[in-house]
Order: sequence, then C-alpha cells, then structure tokens
Amino acid sequence: MTDLLTLSGVHTHIGSYHVLHGVDFGVPAGQTTMLLGRNGAGKTTTLRTIMGLWPASSGQVTLAGQRIEQRATPDIARLGIGYVPESMAVFSDLTVKENLILAARDAALDDSRLEWIFGFFPALRRFWLSRAGSLSGGQKQMLSIARAIVEPRQLLLIDEPTKGLAPAIVVALIECFAEIKRRGATILLVEQNFNVAQQIGDSVLVIDNGRIVHRGDMAALAKDTALQEHLLGLSLEAHQ
Amino acid sequence: MTDLAAPEALPKPKRDLLPVLLPVILALAMAPLIGSASSWVTLTVASLAMGMMIFIMASGLTLVFGLMDVLNFGHGAFIAVGAYVATLVLLPLAGWVQADSLLLNLAVLAPAALLAMAVSGALGLVVERVLILAVYGQHLKQILMTTGGLIVAEQALYALWGPQIIPLPLPTSLRGSFIIGDIAIAKYRLLAMLVGLVVFLGIQLVLNRTKIGLLIRAGVENREMVEALGYRIRRLFLGVFMVGSALAGLGGTMWALYREQVHASMGNDLTVLVFIVVIIGGLGSIGGCFIGALLVAMVANYGGFLVPKLALVSNILLMVAILMWRPRGLYAVTSR
Ligand SMILES: Nc1ncnc2c1ncn2[C@@H]1O[C@H](COP(=O)(O)OP(=O)(O)OP(=O)(O)O)[C@@H](O)[C@H]1O
Ligand SMILES: [Mg+2]
Repeated sequence: MTDLLTLSGVHTHIGSYHVLHGVDFGVPAGQTTMLLGRNGAGKTTTLRTIMGLWPASSGQVTLAGQRIEQRATPDIARLGIGYVPESMAVFSDLTVKENLILAARDAALDDSRLEWIFGFFPALRRFWLSRAGSLSGGQKQMLSIARAIVEPRQLLLIDEPTKGLAPAIVVALIECFAEIKRRGATILLVEQNFNVAQQIGDSVLVIDNGRIVHRGDMAALAKDTALQEHLLGLSLEAHQ
Repeated sequence: MTDLAAPEALPKPKRDLLPVLLPVILALAMAPLIGSASSWVTLTVASLAMGMMIFIMASGLTLVFGLMDVLNFGHGAFIAVGAYVATLVLLPLAGWVQADSLLLNLAVLAPAALLAMAVSGALGLVVERVLILAVYGQHLKQILMTTGGLIVAEQALYALWGPQIIPLPLPTSLRGSFIIGDIAIAKYRLLAMLVGLVVFLGIQLVLNRTKIGLLIRAGVENREMVEALGYRIRRLFLGVFMVGSALAGLGGTMWALYREQVHASMGNDLTVLVFIVVIIGGLGSIGGCFIGALLVAMVANYGGFLVPKLALVSNILLMVAILMWRPRGLYAVTSR
C-alpha cells in the first residue's frame, strides 16, 4: 500500500513555541487513518502544518509525490485536499448553499453529489437557504464536512468532528466517513474518542508532545488491550 | 448552478434591524426640536447627501480592515488626491463648468470623477504593494507606515499645487435649489444622494450576488478558511484595496465640489471622520458603514443647527454613545 501523504522529520513552531518535534508518518492511500493524542499533543498543529496554515519550520511534507511544505495554503488546497478544522469555520453570514458554492471553487454545484451528501445530512437540504450562523452545532459540523466533500478530493483532513455532538449525529458522521472512503478518498482524522476511532479507522497514529509515539493497524490495537491501556493512558485519559 | 427547491417554511433567522431604524428614529425625533418643517427637510436632505459622500469615502476602508485586519490611516490621501486630480479636468474646462447646460456640465464632471477614481485606484495599487505588504499583521507598524504615507502625500500635494486653497465652483446647472412650497432642496445634494445610493446598491449587489462578493464576505469572517478552500486572499485583498481607494477618490471629488474648494489638509480631516464612521458601523460591515455615515452626518447637521457649540465634539459623542450600546459597532462582523 503506497502512502498518499507522508510527513518526515516535521518540526513546527508557533511563534517562539516549538510544538511539533520531528513528526514522521505516512497515510496510506484509500484508507482512513486516525490521529489520536491527548489535549495539546499537537494533533491540530499537525493538520494545520499539512495545510500550510502553520508552515513546517523544517522537515518534509509530501502529497502524491509532490513536496508541499513550502507552498502556500491555497495551492496546497488545490492539490485536492478538503479540510474540516476543529472550529468548523463555517461562514456564518453566508447561506448553506453559498458556503458550498465557495467550497466547490470553479466547479458548479453537482446535483447528484448534493443528493449523496443530503443522504447522510438531510438537515443541509432543509436549511439550504438559511444563514450558516443560524445552524446548530451539529448542523455546522455537517456543513463543514459537506464543504470538504462537495467536490471529489483525494485527501480529507478532519479535526475532531464528533466533539460535543449528540450520539445520533455521531452515528451519521461515522456512516458518512465510511461512504467517503468507499468513494476512494483518503482520510486523516483526529478523534479523541477511542470507541468512535475504532469504528472508523483502518490504521492509527498516536501523537504525544509533538512526536508520533505509536503507529499501526487499528484492528491490532483494538485487540491488544494492554497496548490500548498504555496508549489510552497517553492519549485518551484527558478525554474520559 | 444548482437551484434545488427552496426548503419548506423555516423560522427565518432574525435580521438585526435596530441599527437600520436608528437614522429614521433620529430624524423623526429631531422634527419637533427643529420646529419648522422647511428647516427640517433642508437639514435632513443635507444630512443624507453628506452621509452618502462620507459613505463613499469610508466604504473601502471598512472592507480593507475587515478582510485583512489592515489599519490604513492613510486612507484620506486617496480622498485628497482624488479631489486634486479632478481639478486637472475641472479647472482647464472651466468654460464647460460654467456653461448653463446640464449636458456640458456632466460632460466635464463625469471624466473628472473617472480620472480621480483611476488615479486614486492606481495609487492604491502602489501603496498596497509598497507600504502595506511590508507590514502585514503588525498594527503598530501599519499605523506608523500609513500615517507617514498620509503626511508624504499631503506634502507632495503642497509641492505640486502649492499651499493655497483652490476654489472649485459647482457647475452652473447644479447650483441652486428646487423649490417646493417653502422647502428648498439643493440640486447638488440630490445628485450626491443619487450617486451615493448607486454606489451603495452597487456594492451590495457585488457582495451578495457575485462569487467575488461571497469571497469577500467569507474572508471578512475567516480569511484562513477562505485560503484553506483554495483561494488566494491576497489577490482579493489587492482588488478590494484598489476599489476602496478609487471610491475614496470619487468621494473626495464630490466632497470638494460640495465645499467648492480643494485643500491638501482635507485628507487629514476626513481620515478622522471616516474612521469614526467605520468604527461606529462595526469594522468590516458595509451596512454598518452606511448607517454610521448617515448618523454622523445627521448629528453634524441637526447638532450644528440646534447646539452649534457641540459641533466640534458631536462625532466623538456619537461614537461613544454607539460603542456604549454596542461595543463592537452597529454590526459586528469579524470574529477578531
Ligand atoms: N495559537 C497558539 N499559540 C501558541 N501555542 C499554541 C497555539 N495553539 C496551540 N498551541 C500549543 O501547541 C500545542 C499543541 O496544540 P494543538 O492544538 O495542536 O493540540 P491538539 O492535540 O489539537 O489538542 P486538542 O485536543 O486540545 O485540540 C499545545 O501545547 C498548545 O498549547
Ligand atoms: Mg486540536
């Protein structure tokens, strides 16, 4: 299995603060990779570094064979990355439709793809012409994800999508991520809830203090309770 | 473009209309204080005309701040440069200006305004590339840099045109008033209102009905996310900066004709006024800027009539009152 995305020796500074200390990992094409880690471990920073929002101060980021760590965010996005930030960042003054028009870039909105999205997020159809600012938290998350998949993208970076959402919505999201993968996209997903992570992930990365401390198959980790305990102690304790 | 069936009836998100009512309430509340109907109409028309001109000058500034968090204290330079450039057309063609023909008057006004906009817009391009680019994200340096730019521009205008006030007579057919009963409405004020309204509607149209407009509104709220969706916000910002500068040039031309004079200090004076308007409206909000400009003009006109001694501080008082009510201005748009 080839890796669509690789990070090697990535260091990132936020101002004078050294956050990532040599992050190395690969994200296999066509799979869903979970990135776990306790609060402040550097998960969000890793995704922002890939997007060029907090550029790496050293190291390499490679997407489909191209080095991207020096490129500007819009150019990185145009290589086919959909990004769902932790804050969701929907444009609240714009309608649901307008948010998606911007996300589709030069392409016109594709009806069949919208139907596909409405299939798991019916609320977006219902609130199509409403201001995104008037949506509930869960609906905003749906919109933020819809923005990332409104056109086919090769890689999706999704930051803690289930945080603070009702269980029913979490189920819808899990279903959605499975569907996206079935359509051929590669996913790197930050998730603190191991129970959820287990259902979505093919492989798993655990980050701590700005370094990757575990990488492997999700299935193997799910079976290995001792390792789980050890990593959960590292990664998920703060969340429980 | 997709047009999926409109959703079933929804509770429409509440529009915040209170600020929109503010100028109306103010105008109505002033009527009994002013007493005579004709004075009230004159003052109200004067306020609307002045407000529209201020809006034209301020509109670019609010978007520039909203979109890129750039504090441009040199915005007044574009206003002054626009006014001076307009004299390059209006003074040599004084014959057309004085002719008692609306057609000839407009034939000289239109190119004067267009030239003013072109030069101010081009100057905006240079300023953005040379001054602003160097001080991105650094407010203190932006203030120093753009304030310095304003001083340089003012001195350059003195050097080129001399320190004296340049008289700029209104075209003949725009002088005087339409008289309806005992109410007089100055013709030029009507024109200024008309132009201001066209500019306001034009901006609204672009912001609400075009993709560029959507990008600007999205960028005002969260420019990182706009970039993460694959758009180069720097280019968008350069475009907004140039259009804002050009509008400042147009506003400067209109203001100079309104005052019938041009002087390099107008850039400085109007910068203060325009900043007050932008702050009252809420940084980044075009609607707020429009209402803010009307309020400032109303307070100046009604206040000047009722309590002339307050004229100097009325703008500041208005700003304090608005900020006490809404600390981030009439409409808070940016999350910053
Ligand atoms: N804007 C910032 N300026 C300075 N330091 C920051 C900033 N944002 C995050 N950090 C620091 O960088 C480190 C990593 O933060 P990051 O947001 O990547 O963690 P995270 O794993 O996403 O955590 P969480 O689970 O809380 O989202 C933390 O120690 C945090 O304090
Ligand atoms: Mg995070």
